Formats: sequence, C-alpha cells, structure tokens
Amino acid sequence: MQIYLPIAELPISILTVLGLSGAVGFISGLFGVGGGFLLTPLLIFLDIPPAVAVATVAAQVAGSSTTGVLTYWRRRALDLRLGGILVSGGIVGTLLGVLFFNSMRRLGQLELVITLSYVTLFSIIGGLMLYDAVRALMRVRAGKPARLRRRAGTHPWWMGLPWRMRFPHSQLYCSVIPIAGLAVVIGFIGAVLGVGGGFILVPALIYFFRIPTAVVVGTSLFQILVTMSGATILHALTNQSVDLVLALLLLLGGVIGAQFGGRAARNLNVESFRLLLALLILSVGLRFAIELFIPPGEPFSVVLTESPR
Amino acid sequence: MSPAARIAALLALALAAFATAPLRAESLIAAMSSHQIQITSNYTGSQLTVFGVVEREGRTAARGDPYDIVVTVRGPRQMLLVREKERMGPIWINRTQRRFPEGSIFLLVASNRPLSEIMTEDVARRERIGLENAQRPKDAPFALDATTARFQEGLIRILSEKGLYSTEDRGVTFLSGTLFSAPINVPATAPTGSYDIDIVLYAGGVPLARQSTNFEVVKSGMEQRLASAAHELPLPYGLVTVLVALLLGWLASVVFRRD
Repeated sequence: MQIYLPIAELPISILTVLGLSGAVGFISGLFGVGGGFLLTPLLIFLDIPPAVAVATVAAQVAGSSTTGVLTYWRRRALDLRLGGILVSGGIVGTLLGVLFFNSMRRLGQLELVITLSYVTLFSIIGGLMLYDAVRALMRVRAGKPARLRRRAGTHPWWMGLPWRMRFPHSQLYCSVIPIAGLAVVIGFIGAVLGVGGGFILVPALIYFFRIPTAVVVGTSLFQILVTMSGATILHALTNQSVDLVLALLLLLGGVIGAQFGGRAARNLNVESFRLLLALLILSVGLRFAIELFIPPGEPFSVVLTESPR
Repeated sequence: MSPAARIAALLALALAAFATAPLRAESLIAAMSSHQIQITSNYTGSQLTVFGVVEREGRTAARGDPYDIVVTVRGPRQMLLVREKERMGPIWINRTQRRFPEGSIFLLVASNRPLSEIMTEDVARRERIGLENAQRPKDAPFALDATTARFQEGLIRILSEKGLYSTEDRGVTFLSGTLFSAPINVPATAPTGSYDIDIVLYAGGVPLARQSTNFEVVKSGMEQRLASAAHELPLPYGLVTVLVALLLGWLASVVFRRD
C-alpha cells in the first residue's frame, strides 16, 4: 500500500516505512541511541531527499525517545541533573556545529567531511568498544569478574577537576567541566552529521565516567529528546523540510519498536550489550568506508537545486 | 481516463478541426484528455492522453511519404547540478561538476516509429528532438564540449533510471491516416509544476506543422493543505509536529505499560 508524502513529494510503501522504523526503534530502545544515524541513510536510500530525511528523522527520534525516557523515568534510571548539564552544553556545541557546517558548505566539501567523519568516528568508537567487549567476554569465560571493579578512592584525573558535583542517580561525584566539555563536543558532532549523538554519549558516559548502564541509557535518551525536539522546530523554520505524514509513519513504527527494544534491554547482560552496540557502530562505519574506497558503479550524481516555485 | 472524458476530448477536437481554416497545406490540431493532474494521498502516478488530427487541405495532393508525429513533454525547469566522483589517493570524491541551468526534471519523447527513421540527426539537433537535444539549453551551441557531453550523458542515464526521462519509439499511434493518440505516463516521482507538450508533424524528414499545449501537476486536498502549512506557518507546523511526536511517544508508553 502506497501513500503520497506531501513534502518529500513522492509516494512510499507504508509497510516498508513501518518495518524500517520498527527495526530502528527496537535498536534505539535497546541501546538508548536515537537511531538517526541508521534511519537517515535508509530513508535517503528510499529516494527521499536528504534534507527531508534529516529533518523528519529528528521528529521521529524525539517521539521514540519520549517513550524510552518515560520508561526509564519510572524505573528511576534517569539523572535529571546530569541530563540538564548535557543539554546546556549540547546547545553551545550545536551552535558551533552549525557555524562550522555552513562554512564547510561554502567551501563545497561538506559531503566529504561528513563521510570522512562517519568513517573515522564510527571505526574508532566501534573498534575501541569491540576490543573492550571481547576482552570482557574472555574474562567471563576464564571465570574472572567481568569488570574490574571501581576501587574506593581511585578515579581518573578528569573527575577530580574543580566544580565538583554530586549526581546521586548516577552514583557519581565528579567535576562539571569534563561533562560539559563532552556535551559541547557531542552537540558539535550532532549538528555537523545530523545525528543525535547518543552513539557517542552512551559509550563515553560508560567508559569515562563509569556510570551504570541503565542510568546512562535513560539520561542519554533525555538529552536526545530535548535536542531533537529543538532540531525539528529549527528545520521546520529554516527549510520547511519536515514531512508530517512521513514523521507519523516513522513514529508509529518507531515507538512500537522502541517498546520491545526497551524490554529486551532488561534481559541483556552488560557484556553482550556492549558487544552488540560495538558491532552495530562498526558496521555503519564500514558501510560509509565502502562508499569512500570502492570505485562507484555510477560516478555521476544529480542534485536538484531548489528554485522558487 | 474515463471513456466519457475520452469522447469529450475527441468531440472538442472535431469541433476545433471544423473551426480552423488551414493556411498551409497541412496543419495540426491537438487536444488533451486533461490539463491538470491532482495529487492526493493515494497518488501513484497518472496517465494523460494527447489526441491530434492532421488537417489536409482538399486540394493538396497526397504525399508519397507517410506522416510522422513526435511528441515532446518537458517537465518543470530547474537548475540541475551534476557531479562526478573521481579517484584522489585511495578515496573517491566528487571533484568536477557541471550546471544545467534550465534543466528539465521530466522529459518524454514519444513518436510513432524510432526517431532515426523519421529524420536525420541534423534535423533532430536543429528541431531539438530527442532526449539530448531537448535537454540542451536554447542558446547553447549544437556541439557540446567533450566534458559537458559526458556530464549530460550521465544526467540522462540517471534520470532515465528513475523513470523521469524516457523515449517511446511506439508512443504515438495513428488511429486512421490522420488521427493519432499518444498516452503520456506521468510517474509519481515527477515533480509538481507545469509541463509543456510540443507536437510536431513530419513527413519525409521535414517538419510540416507544430502545435503546443500544456498541463500541470498540483497537490490537492490534504497534501495541498499540509504543504502550504509547512511553508506559510512554519513555526506552528514545527510545534505541531513535535507535539504529535511527544504525544505518540507518551501514548505508546501508556499502551505498552506492564509494570
């Protein structure tokens, strides 16, 4: 069954979109990532104009993360104080990112910057996580404790910087500076790549700040909810590329998928969680690397530049 | 198209034929089944039909060569940017690009037999017949430089794969010696806007008469309201989208709540 999308200006199969968004929603609920980095390329592959895909996915991600945020909120696995700092840092980073985005577009190499960043970012983060996850799994096999427990009194130097704050939900007592810094970096990357940044935030909070996984996922979803709602309104204001019909379809699949993902996350142990997330991130990086290194079958591409109608 | 509309179009055609006094030996009269395609939520493309009749003055001696009809449909004009990926070190990136300022996003060339049988290449170039020639800007020279030609080839190949460019060698049917019809398939991906149709009558490779008409593709109903809301009321549109998103998210968590 097909439905015509008024802003994207093409008909699309309802079942295809529901299936795609359901699958991505599942992953999003499972890992606490927005899923934008998966959904946007998939929509572009379905011939939806990139600007419409990016803007509409922002709305979808906001909706599906709401479900997650509520679920984690009820389980008391959401640190509002940490979330607040992440959001305010994220706004600064987003502004910087938009400035950089526009200057790269003027230079005419935006596409290359985006592809290269996807490849390097995803390969490095995915690779590090995979290495760590495999090591943890092997320790479990050998019968040793899976993770080196945090010993009292030892913590990385960045947590001891000035302006320390207590985050009871996250079992964290840490300086605000590295957290805000991380938020700025993520806002910047998010604005340039058009993603929420959950796939960077989740591993960073787990590895650098040793926050319990459940709280990380809940808080990351909260940060994504706020930034993506803002992004949707900004896209609607600046380039009118949010497709409400497509957003509804994506939401329908996404929120249902996220429910099942959230439930599956509870039955998943920490080691497999990390291994799966690492493999997912690595495979996305690999997909972009293929685009960069393999000779293209069709060297030409056509861009329709918008003209006033 | 409904049979009633088909008959109405044919009647209009017949009337027009009687009303016109031909100045030249041959003249061409054409009518369309419809001048507007409306896009609704279940739109998956549409079909129009061009009807035409060749009017021959009574005294004109019958020609030895048969009549040929070429119908060219040009979609909305837009700046088309074509980029080519080239190898730089180990990676492939977009390096050169060419602009086609008056490019048509939709192009259909329909004829009653292959173009090469109807006219010579010179005539086709002069008359802007065929995908390459119809795509060429009005003031551009006949022969493109090698690079531009390569880019144009790429452009035509890509848009043909998307079903937006096509050549129909048997797209025009003669119903009698002088009456013809040509179905025009407009795929769902064809953009909204106005489309020009040029109909040219040939005999023995020489253009004898021509006729132009047009149609438009517009959004209607719900699609129209949503699209204009997005452009005229961007802030409320964005806010509503976010609210709907949050509401659906909340709803799902209520519906699926177990604990």
